[in-house]
Amino acid sequence: MSADAAKLVRMANQIATFFASQPGDIQAEEVAAHLKAFWEPRMLTALLAHADAGGAGLSPLALRAVERLRVPTA
Amino acid sequence: MKDFIIPGLDGAPAFSDRDFGTPARTSQRTVTLTIDGFPVTVPEGTSVMRASNTLGIAIPKLCATDNLEAWGSCRLCAVEIEGRRGTPASCTTPVTEGMVVHTQTPKLHKLRKGVMELYISDHPLDCLTCAANGDCELQDMAGAVGLREVRYEAPPQAPLANHFLRRQDGDANPQFIPKDDSNPYFTYDPSKCIVCSRCVRACEEVQGTFALTIQGRGFDSRVSAGMAGDSFLSSDCVSCGACVQACPTATLQEKSVIEIGTPDRKVVTTCAYCGVGCSFEAEMRGDTVVRMTPWKHGKANRGHSCVKGRFAWGYASHGDRITAPMIRERITDPWEVVTWDEAITFAATRLRDIQARHGVKSIGGITSSRCTNEETYLVQKMIRAVFGNNNTDTCARVCHSPTGYGLGRAFGTSAGTQDFDSVEHTDVVIVIGANPTDGHPVFASRLKKRLREGARLIVIDPRRIDLVRSPHVEAAHHLPLRPGTNVAVVTALAHVIVTEGLYDERFIRERCDWDEFQHYAEFVAQDRHSPEAIALLTGVDPQDLRAAARLFATGGNGAIYYGLGVTEHSQGSTTVMAIANLAMLTGNLGRPGVGVNPLRGQNNVQGACDMGSFPHELPGYRHVSQDATRDVFERLWGAVLDKEPGLRIPNMLDAAVEGTFKGLYVQGEDILQSDPDTHHVAAGLAAMDCVIVQDLFLNETANYAHVFLPGCTFLEKDGTFTNAERRINRVRKVMQPLNGFADWEVTQLLANAMGAGWAYTHPAQVMDEIAATTPSFAGVSYELLEEKGSVQWPCNELHPEGTPIMHVDGFMRGKGRFIVTEYVATEERTGPRFPLLLTTGRILSQYNVGAQTRRTANTVWHDQDVLEIHPHDAEVRGIKDGDWVRLASRAGDTSLRALLTDRVSPGVVYTTFHHPDTQANVITTDFSDWATNCPEYKVTAVQVALTNGPSDWQVDYARQADLSRRVLPAAE
Repeated sequence: MSADAAKLVRMANQIATFFASQPGDIQAEEVAAHLKAFWEPRMLTALLAHADAGGAGLSPLALRAVERLRVPTA
Repeated sequence: MKDFIIPGLDGAPAFSDRDFGTPARTSQRTVTLTIDGFPVTVPEGTSVMRASNTLGIAIPKLCATDNLEAWGSCRLCAVEIEGRRGTPASCTTPVTEGMVVHTQTPKLHKLRKGVMELYISDHPLDCLTCAANGDCELQDMAGAVGLREVRYEAPPQAPLANHFLRRQDGDANPQFIPKDDSNPYFTYDPSKCIVCSRCVRACEEVQGTFALTIQGRGFDSRVSAGMAGDSFLSSDCVSCGACVQACPTATLQEKSVIEIGTPDRKVVTTCAYCGVGCSFEAEMRGDTVVRMTPWKHGKANRGHSCVKGRFAWGYASHGDRITAPMIRERITDPWEVVTWDEAITFAATRLRDIQARHGVKSIGGITSSRCTNEETYLVQKMIRAVFGNNNTDTCARVCHSPTGYGLGRAFGTSAGTQDFDSVEHTDVVIVIGANPTDGHPVFASRLKKRLREGARLIVIDPRRIDLVRSPHVEAAHHLPLRPGTNVAVVTALAHVIVTEGLYDERFIRERCDWDEFQHYAEFVAQDRHSPEAIALLTGVDPQDLRAAARLFATGGNGAIYYGLGVTEHSQGSTTVMAIANLAMLTGNLGRPGVGVNPLRGQNNVQGACDMGSFPHELPGYRHVSQDATRDVFERLWGAVLDKEPGLRIPNMLDAAVEGTFKGLYVQGEDILQSDPDTHHVAAGLAAMDCVIVQDLFLNETANYAHVFLPGCTFLEKDGTFTNAERRINRVRKVMQPLNGFADWEVTQLLANAMGAGWAYTHPAQVMDEIAATTPSFAGVSYELLEEKGSVQWPCNELHPEGTPIMHVDGFMRGKGRFIVTEYVATEERTGPRFPLLLTTGRILSQYNVGAQTRRTANTVWHDQDVLEIHPHDAEVRGIKDGDWVRLASRAGDTSLRALLTDRVSPGVVYTTFHHPDTQANVITTDFSDWATNCPEYKVTAVQVALTNGPSDWQVDYARQADLSRRVLPAAE
């Protein structure tokens, strides 16, 4: 994994770790919404590319959030 | 200076300079009396002196002044009161109903003249050459009482004892004490002292340092700093200037006044140092600043100041100031001085060229938390509307961005909830991750005043900061937690409050989401959050933690003040939410004396955030994805705005290293020194094709710049700063910019060179644009600021005069949210290679990266960064006090001198980041807050070892800095 990807993975996992502790069943949506609200598109693109390449290191919740990012928003 | 007020008449000055003699009283009950035949009604508890002054009748006085409690020692303010015997002192006599006072009678005239005659008999009569000539209350009073002669003559046998003659009859005068010049900013001349005790009282009552005292008795009484043998410099004096301001004579006198002379005019403006945002009067002669004195009507500082704002403004005229623009092809070239036209054209062409080659999003900018709101607004406007992207960020990224996120989620707005006056109504204060006596000194003085009145204090900090124990202040509890465990400690406080049933159920039911509370209560009540369960992890004594929780929940009005020790962690945002939970849990929101109070670092960090500096938010904290908000700006700016968030500072640097980000405009910010992981910052800057630095000096970031645009100081421009209490204060131009343009004009030049077509001629027009586009600023205008002095946002139709306290009738978002705060250990961990934890902070005399304060005499207090280390940790490493030590982390290493102290716990070391030759940020890592990427400055695993001197890196860095600062001689 490149240094850049490793950093994005760490950041995405940090976000997922916070939302994993929150109640309810929409954690993946929350993580995806956070990424969408704060990450610049080229960071999202890099994260999606990393997920495409197997998503090594991404936590399960982060992976689920990444999948949600692929759904085009209206 | 004389002033006359005619109360009750239109046109009377709103902000009079008049000294009313004793402090105002706020009682709701009033008392009516007659003074010299005029009836007057004042609040109960007011002194006769103050009542008289409200009528415009000034009673002669020397030891009284209205920012100090009455003292009654000078005997000059005597009055006659019908039905009372004698001549009571008007400063210490409270008014009573129906009292009939006479301030000028033959008896009083004679009495005062006699008193003055005695004073003057022991005072040198060198008025014409005295520094206080024209600004001396003793001189004024001699005039006011009609003193025409001094009859005391020495008998033929022996001279009269006095304090002012160096020699008498050929012998040294034992009563004479020479001048103390040790403080760089003011002198103490005991020969001119009248022992009115105003300086001693100011040091105690206003500053709260207790450095001064009156030594000796009777005729031997003298003002003394510290212990016997101390000078002002070696004493505990913090050089706040309160004593100098209180002194009625030339005894304590600014050196600048001694050198230049008395000022001819005053301009009210706002200090450009910390987030307290003190109001000052710039006292001027021509375009020279003679002195800066705190303005008594300033609502943040109430007439007080610290060493930085009061004295450390000499950087403005320092020889290092760059006043002409410079460019260079490559960062290895020397600088070439060019015209503004050439520099702006060079910069604009390069930026557009980069965009043509690498895309619209390949450039960006950083707004300055030291510049004005108007300047910051224009920089983000240029980036969004002219650069055409959202790659704007500000140094709040690296300080309070977690506050924005955390409080926004809990309350619906990132704003601190109180004004600074609120502390006067507080009963229990939690200070967490902040060191107010160093970082926010004027607030600290106001806090200490309240603590001396009986409020209790809980300090949560790895270090034993001064507030834990200082003269007449002692914290009820100090919880010295291990760096990085804030969430665990604050959640444990909540655990105690919930499990012991100490929460404010009525407040929670009325104001918060009850379902969320129940879930939260269930979470915090778990045993694993108990003080006992986390003790091993946090190092905090469980009994102390429990007692602190009980005190906060039951001790009356509870207020939480916090700083960067909360935010600059990988769980910074979570701690902010934990703090919000604690305030809601105890019902401490929505009234004076309570609240969540982020202490902001820089003068305008609040404003920079408000003005839309963040890549995801337009002015007023509105997300760029909101169509309606973008629409407002698109119509006004005539440009299409990007609806995707831009890059944050750390992301910009990552993208630069990766090769997709090539150009950066940095206004008044030194990211190379202030941002974490210096090696990474340097690599990012070096990878760019065009770095434009706008600053006063060739700062560290400028080592990597291609264009240098000279900036100007707060003295040279108009605008506004917004302080930590959301107070919008005016900054007023007192001299022309040395560089030719105010910073907002420089931004406009660049924007216009890139096709913007802006035509602002005054910052007031920018503020009008902000008001027109941003609902929380809708009512703000320069006219309103002139009228009110300052105003706290939100200021709009609902709150036409601003909002001192937020969330009074309900939270901004409706119901307050309790958010579960699970502790997650930072990945930055100690181990065999790096067994100690480094945490960082500030010191009183220096400010941020030191660019300003290092260029003032403040360096006498702090000329280098030192490493604080516990004697146990030092001993096992063979380190003695003052030794050179190498401080290393996985990110880098540097060397500095060690200071052995038990202020830090074993296992923890501490330093400041004020000096570029130390560069503490070589050590800090690129770990950051999960929500905002705010860097984790406060926790770095390090090792410390003895060394011989500066590291190779420091030597190389200094060499490279020297090379990159070469300037070609100007062409003829």
